[in-house]
Order: sequence, then structure tokens, then C-alpha cells
Amino acid sequence: MNQYFGWAGRVLKIDLSSKKYEEINPGFTIYKKFIGGRGLAGHYLRPYCHLSWDSPETPLLFFTGPLTGTSSPSSGIMAVMSISPLTGTVSHTYAGGNFGTELKLAGWDGIIITGRSETLCGIRINDKNIEFTEAEQMRGRSIPAIFSALPADGGGAAAGPAAENGVLFSSIGFTGDYSPGRCGLGLVMHAKGLKFIHVKGSGSTAVHNSRDLGSARGDIMRLISASPALTGELGFSEFGTGALYDLICSRRMLPSDNFRKTVFPSAGNLNAWHYKKRYNPVKTGCSGCHILCRQISEDGRAVPEFEAMSHFTALIGNNDIDIVMEANKICSETGMDPVSAASSFACYMEINNLDIRDIDLSRLLTDTAYSKGEGNLLKLGSKKIAESLGKPEASISVKGLELPAYDPRGAYGIALAYATSTRGGCHHQAYPVSHEILRKPAATDRFSFSGKARINKLAEDLNAVIDSLTVCRFIFIAATIEEYTKVFNAVTGSGFTGQDLLIAGERAFYNERMMNGIRGLTFHDDNLPARFFNEPGSSGDGITLPPVPKDEFLNARARYYRIRGLNPEGRPLKEKCIELGLEWNDL
Amino acid sequence: MERLINKYSRKLVSQKICEKGKPVFGILDDITTWNSGGDEVQILDSVMQRLSINSILFSPAAEPYRSILDYLAEYSTDTNGRIRPDDTETRTFLHDIPVTQNFSASEILKALMQRKGIIIPGCGIVTYGTVSPEQAFVTYSSICFSSFVKFMADYYYHAKGIIPMKGDPDPVFKKAVQWYKESLSSTASSPVIKAPFSSSEDVINSIIETGRLTVESGMVDSFFGNISVRYGDIIYISQTGSSLDELAGCIDPCPIDNSTTNAITASSELSAHKALYSMTERKSILHGHPKFSVTLSMLCDDLSCVNRGQCHIKCSRGRFIEDVPVVPGEIGTGPDSLSRTVPAAMKGRGVIVWGHGLFTAGAEDFTDAYRNLLDIEKMCFNNYLSLVER
Repeated sequence: MNQYFGWAGRVLKIDLSSKKYEEINPGFTIYKKFIGGRGLAGHYLRPYCHLSWDSPETPLLFFTGPLTGTSSPSSGIMAVMSISPLTGTVSHTYAGGNFGTELKLAGWDGIIITGRSETLCGIRINDKNIEFTEAEQMRGRSIPAIFSALPADGGGAAAGPAAENGVLFSSIGFTGDYSPGRCGLGLVMHAKGLKFIHVKGSGSTAVHNSRDLGSARGDIMRLISASPALTGELGFSEFGTGALYDLICSRRMLPSDNFRKTVFPSAGNLNAWHYKKRYNPVKTGCSGCHILCRQISEDGRAVPEFEAMSHFTALIGNNDIDIVMEANKICSETGMDPVSAASSFACYMEINNLDIRDIDLSRLLTDTAYSKGEGNLLKLGSKKIAESLGKPEASISVKGLELPAYDPRGAYGIALAYATSTRGGCHHQAYPVSHEILRKPAATDRFSFSGKARINKLAEDLNAVIDSLTVCRFIFIAATIEEYTKVFNAVTGSGFTGQDLLIAGERAFYNERMMNGIRGLTFHDDNLPARFFNEPGSSGDGITLPPVPKDEFLNARARYYRIRGLNPEGRPLKEKCIELGLEWNDL
Repeated sequence: MERLINKYSRKLVSQKICEKGKPVFGILDDITTWNSGGDEVQILDSVMQRLSINSILFSPAAEPYRSILDYLAEYSTDTNGRIRPDDTETRTFLHDIPVTQNFSASEILKALMQRKGIIIPGCGIVTYGTVSPEQAFVTYSSICFSSFVKFMADYYYHAKGIIPMKGDPDPVFKKAVQWYKESLSSTASSPVIKAPFSSSEDVINSIIETGRLTVESGMVDSFFGNISVRYGDIIYISQTGSSLDELAGCIDPCPIDNSTTNAITASSELSAHKALYSMTERKSILHGHPKFSVTLSMLCDDLSCVNRGQCHIKCSRGRFIEDVPVVPGEIGTGPDSLSRTVPAAMKGRGVIVWGHGLFTAGAEDFTDAYRNLLDIEKMCFNNYLSLVER
């Protein structure tokens, strides 16, 4: 009988070189220390973090959390982690859909994949039965075509043609048209000779106290209903994350023309309402989620998320939403991150002085995925493109990861968050969008660094817990760790305080910082592109967007280092590692 | 950040929740800044350093809140040592209010690891923020409001002989009632910006003015409530988390057809406002949480009713307080949303939502909506007094 509540108690470790697998039992101590998802994946990545992304020993990790498979609100996502081919940093990304739930119901908290198959292979997981199959016949197939060859029930993950062709920002596709896109983990999957994983589970997740879970769930559902951003009639539930498009535009921080401007004149005709009118989408979402932020058009295509919606319009000067839909579809089917793809194109267009009328976006995307013509260069991401063309300043990236659709000149917490994120230019780890833009849990002054160092550090810890619980981050626009601690305790019977969970989050984040330190990253990597310090945004409508004040940014970063427990060069400290119960390696 | 702790210290005093010079506020970035050098600072600093927060607030409450808090802490806690008011603020955001007996770092820390704020009887309230001192202010204000409403609701059942209160609540009751009477007597102003509005700027200025007056009336706490005007095909509405007395820059224009979504930051009650505008000819809506409108809405003598404990979403009695209907409904857009109950009930001066607050609406501008909010609250106060009179 399973002694665990919440956790399955088992991790599946697979060696693709030998096609053998084993069961690992982490035990309570490890579970309580790292929780699950991002934290637990980081724990298992750490011994190999010095290796290259394409080393056979480097693991590719898929991890659920202790709430997965329960009625905990919005707990149906999962974490995927490895070393990024795009950035060279530790990298983690998150998949919606049902894969995580199926994996958990099959009795596994996670999968650790190492080794390299000589020929393309697939893994089929049916509860405790693990089967390796040939997948060479799937070479060249689109991600939907791969899934169509797999059983319809259960969850699937697949690497697409872009990964086969060496696109550094390849994503892994998941059934239900979910693509945890950032950092190129699709390429890691392909490097292991792994084409797909299919998982079907028939078990259940044991819950320690169903009554307490029901009560905590009720508290969270009430908060979700009270959140205009999530379930308001202009919120994610009605318009998907594209609901942010107008708001970011009205704040004059919509990245345009490769971040040379922050407004896009055609934006009014490209907002989420126009997608709704034109494509009449239906709502869908991850297993067990009530927000349902995904939108699928009548013809079955996913309506782009905000980032893709913004970057395939304003960033490259496109004002045709049909082209955006098509671009998003190509990315989804071939397995590419639309944020990095669009940003790489914008960089390439700037360097070559190209206009949107000079390019065929669909053709260029396809050429990138299949490594043809200009695609041979574009597949390398903006940093390598800009360096190879002698204009490194045209890559708007941090640590090599292209920035999402919030111009940092319009929100200084976001500016700092981009710099300190362990996976590169990403707003999600600290998510200052919540307080600087959405006014939750309270509004902060978006044009000030005052207090932002600690706010960001605390938010990074919180989001690391959320990613370890594998709960949707959006739900924390409404709920707090207070409600989810109650959920966690009801499911696992752990008796944690919210502070205990936040310390687990701090540990997960610091572990990543340690891994990046081992890989040689320093404060030089925690920086913004020079453009943001030297050039203003597009002021108007009573809003002024000067360049980000560099001295204030550097002061905020120095405060952040002190608060985070790093040395002035941004590198981890032995005493902090010991305090958090992490192994220390001399750096 | 220092500017913010000074601002919210002043607001605690101006809203008569705390006495001048009493709030102790600390903020933490890489170093800590305090607005006071009082004896409490060392203990509070120890708490703040050990929690994942960026600001902490401690203050004794002003009267009558202080007496109410002390009474509830002594006599009205559950088996877990917590106070459980039934109003919407508590149910949705606070859940319950822990009570701890000593002003010690260990006890405060233990309680704040569970909840956003705590009561220490004879001492005061401790709250915190994670991104802004504003959160500490809001939680403090919310605890005072919820405790006031709970005490008055409990006192009703006590006075009617239905559920006796422990100890002697009468001195506290008399103090609170006298304080509220004095608050009401100072309400005089009314909005001067009138319809017809000639521009969106007029509309926005009218909203700002009325929001400020509503708070100045003393009947509504600044943070709780929302306000809107329908002007053509656009609803101008206060933003989520905005304060009624500080609405400049915090009003979202929302097209009726939802053709732009930049008002994703609009009040969580946008759906209710929109439904009300679509079902009636009203042009302005004012919503606040006046204490006795909320208290009276929660009072029902039928203790054996099958919906007891679920009145906020299931009450089917069709209750009225004189001419003003009381309806169930939750905040926001869920299946039990007040957006499904308030609009249809808005036929007269206003509608009270069970345990939540009062909606009033005007034909053109805020003249009627504002006056009705004040009049209904005064009516509820007087009705309450007549009900508990023995």
C-alpha cells in the first residue's frame, strides 16, 4: 500500500542508451525539501549541471507536483527541466494539458531521462508498464501527426521537425496543443533520440484529508471568481491571455519594431476581441482548471497566447491577424517557441533593414523549422544571429533568451526580473506583471525601483514553490500562499506553514542559481540589453518612457544580490547553500 | 516606499481606525526602515526578518474598535482561537482572524505564518504586506470592519434573547453606537459635478469627486467599494484594488461591447454594473460597505432555516429592509455572483447584498446615488437600534 499522500512516491529513471529503466524512491525527506515539479527536477539535475546540454548523461526531466491528480484548483501542469541549448543555463518550462495528470495517475511523480538512443525511439508508459518502441518512421512528422499515431487516450509529449533540424528554440509539444516553448528543450529531447512519450494512468492520487481540501478549494474558487483578470468578462477566461494585449498597449509598453518603439499604431485592430470575432473560439484548459485560458478556433487552431500575439504583430510590424494565426500554427506543429522565433526574426529584420512587406513570414518560419535557406541562420536564435552578423546589440535577449512582450522601460520590476531570472530573459520567475500592471495583490509604482529588489526576490521564491507544486501561476493573481498551504497540507498531511513552503521555493531557486554558478555565469549575465539604458520608449498619452536609469538598475541589482544571499558578483555563497540545505561546490 | 508608510499611517488616522502617532510601520528592502522608534520595533523587526514579507504594521486600534476587538478576542473565538465573522470580506479574503495573547515575536510569527493579520487583545493588530504597505493597511482596515460588523450582529441576537453573548457587551455596544452617531452627524456635502456630462473628463471628475465624498462621509472605508458611470457606450469604472478616495488615474473605460480589454484591471464588480446598466435606464452606480447596511442584511431570526450558514448565496426569503431589498450574491463572476441578483432587484433607492454592501444607482449623475447611500445607511442604523432596544 502506498504510504504517501499527494506524492506517488516513485520516480521513473530511464536510460535510453541501454533502454533500461529503474524506479527511484526519493523518500519523505527529499519530497518535503523540494516538494515536486521544478524543485524536485532541480534536485535531480544538479549532479549533472556542469555537462553540455547534448551530453548523454545530461538528464531531461518531467516532474509533476504533489497536488497533481487531486481536485486542487489548477494543478494540472507539469515542469520540464534540463540544460538549455539556447542559453546554456539551467532551464525549466511548464506544460499544460493532461500529460502531468496521466503521469501521476500512472503512479509516477516524474521521469528522468538520460542516455541517447541510437535510433529515434518512443516511450510508452501504461501505469507500471514501460515499453520502448521504434520511432524512426515518425521522423519528419509534425507534432499533431505524431500524436495521431498514438492512442487517443492518455497524454503525449513529442519533439517535432524543428528539433530534428537543430532549431535552438525547439519546444516540446504536448497533447491538447500545449507547447512549453522556452529555452529549446525540444532539442534536448531530440538529442536523446527520443521522439515521443505516451503515458496513460489508471490510478489515483491519495488525499490525506478530503474535507480540508474541499474547504480550501472553496476558498480558492471564491477568490478566482472575484478576480477580474482571471474570470472577469474582460479577463483570461473570456479572452485568453491575449486579454493583456490592450492593457500593455495602453501602458505604452508593447514591444514594437524589435524594441525600438513601445507602441504599435495598428494594435487596436489586433487585440483579443478581434480574434474572438474572427475565429469564434471555444474555451479550453488544463486538467482540473476552471479558468480555461486556452482558446481554440472553429477550425481547430489555437488562438495565440499574448506573447505570440504581440511579437508576431508589433515586434515585427505585422498587422494581419490571419498571419499571426498561421505563424502560431507553424510554431505549434513544428515545435518552435513563438517568442524566440518572432524575436529572432525582428532582430534579423533590424540588422538587414527589412520591412514586414519584404518577408513571407510563414515561409520563413517553415524554412527555420526545416533549416532551409535563411532558416539556417534564424534557427540559432537572436543572440547568435546578431553576433554572426556583427551587430550583437540587435539581440534583445538576456542570457540568450529573447524577451517576452513587456518592454522593461515601462515597468522597472520587470526590468530587474528579466536580469535575474535563472533561465534568461523571462518575466515569469518574479512575475512583476501582477503588481506593476494587474494591481495584484496591490499596485506598485511601475516607474520605480524602490522596494523592487525584495519584492522580486520574494516573488521568485513564491513562484518557485508554485512551480514545485505544479500549480498554474496565473491563479496566484487571485489566491495566495495562505490558501495553497491549506491545500498542500490537506493533500499531503505535511503540516507545513506558508513560510515553510516559501523556504522550499527559495531553496529551489538558489539551487538553480548554484547550477548557473557552476556553469560560470556571473553578474555580467544578469543584465539588460544596452538599448533599454540608452534609448527611450515611445512616450505619449501623458506617459513618459525614458531609458531605464542604469545607476538605479545596478543599485537595485546590488540590493537584490544582498537579499538573495549572493556575493557582489552575483555568485552563490557557501553559507547560504548550507543554510538552505543545499550541497556546496567551489565555484 | 517610505512615502507609502507615511501615507498609510495618515490614512489609518484620518479614517478613525487608529489614533495619531500610534501606527508603527516598517518596510524592508535590503535594509529596514521604520516610521517610529517605539518599544515594539525590536519585536516587529524580528518578525519581519523571519517572514517572506516587505512591510509590517502594528497599531492599537482607536475606539470603539479597540473595545470591540478586545471583547471578541476574550469571548468570541472558536476552538482554534480564531474569530470568524460572517461578512463577505472575511469569507473571501481573511477567512478568519487569529487571536494571540502576547506581543512576542514567537507568537506573532506563528500566527502570521497562517494569516495576513492578527489581533492581540489589549495591544492591537499586526498585519503585513508582500509588495506594498497598502496590503497591511487594507488588512488592518478589513479586520476592524469585520469585527465591528460581527459584534453588532452578535449583539442583535443577544438583545433579542436568541443567542446570549458572554460577559458584558453593553458598555462596548454603547460606546460603538455613540461613536457611530457622531460619525453620521458630520455628513453634509454632496457632489457638485452634475449631469449632463459634456466629456469623458467630466465623467471621470464626477467619479473622483463622489468617491472622495463617500469616504469623507465616514460611512464607507476607502478601500472597499466601486463606482461607475455609463457614458454613451462606455462604462467608466474604478479599478480593482483602488481606494474610493484616490481614484485619479484609477478609472478604466470599458466599452459595452468588450471591444477592448484594457479594462482587465477594472473592478471585480464590472459584470454587475454592466448588467445593471443593460437592464435599467440608470447612468451611475455607487457601491460601498456601510457598516449597518451590512450588519442588518445578516440578521435573520430563523435559526432553523435550511439555508442557514449559506445565506450569502442561498437566501430565498426575498427580504427587505423597509423599501430596500436584501439579496444574496458573491463577489465577481461565479455561479452565485451578485451580478445575477443585484440588477433585477434595483427598482428603488438601492439594493443590499447579504453581508457585503450596498449598491445605489442614479438616473443621470451621482446626486441620487450618493444621497441614497447615505440615507439607506442611516435608515439601517436606526432600524438596527430599534431592533436591539430593550
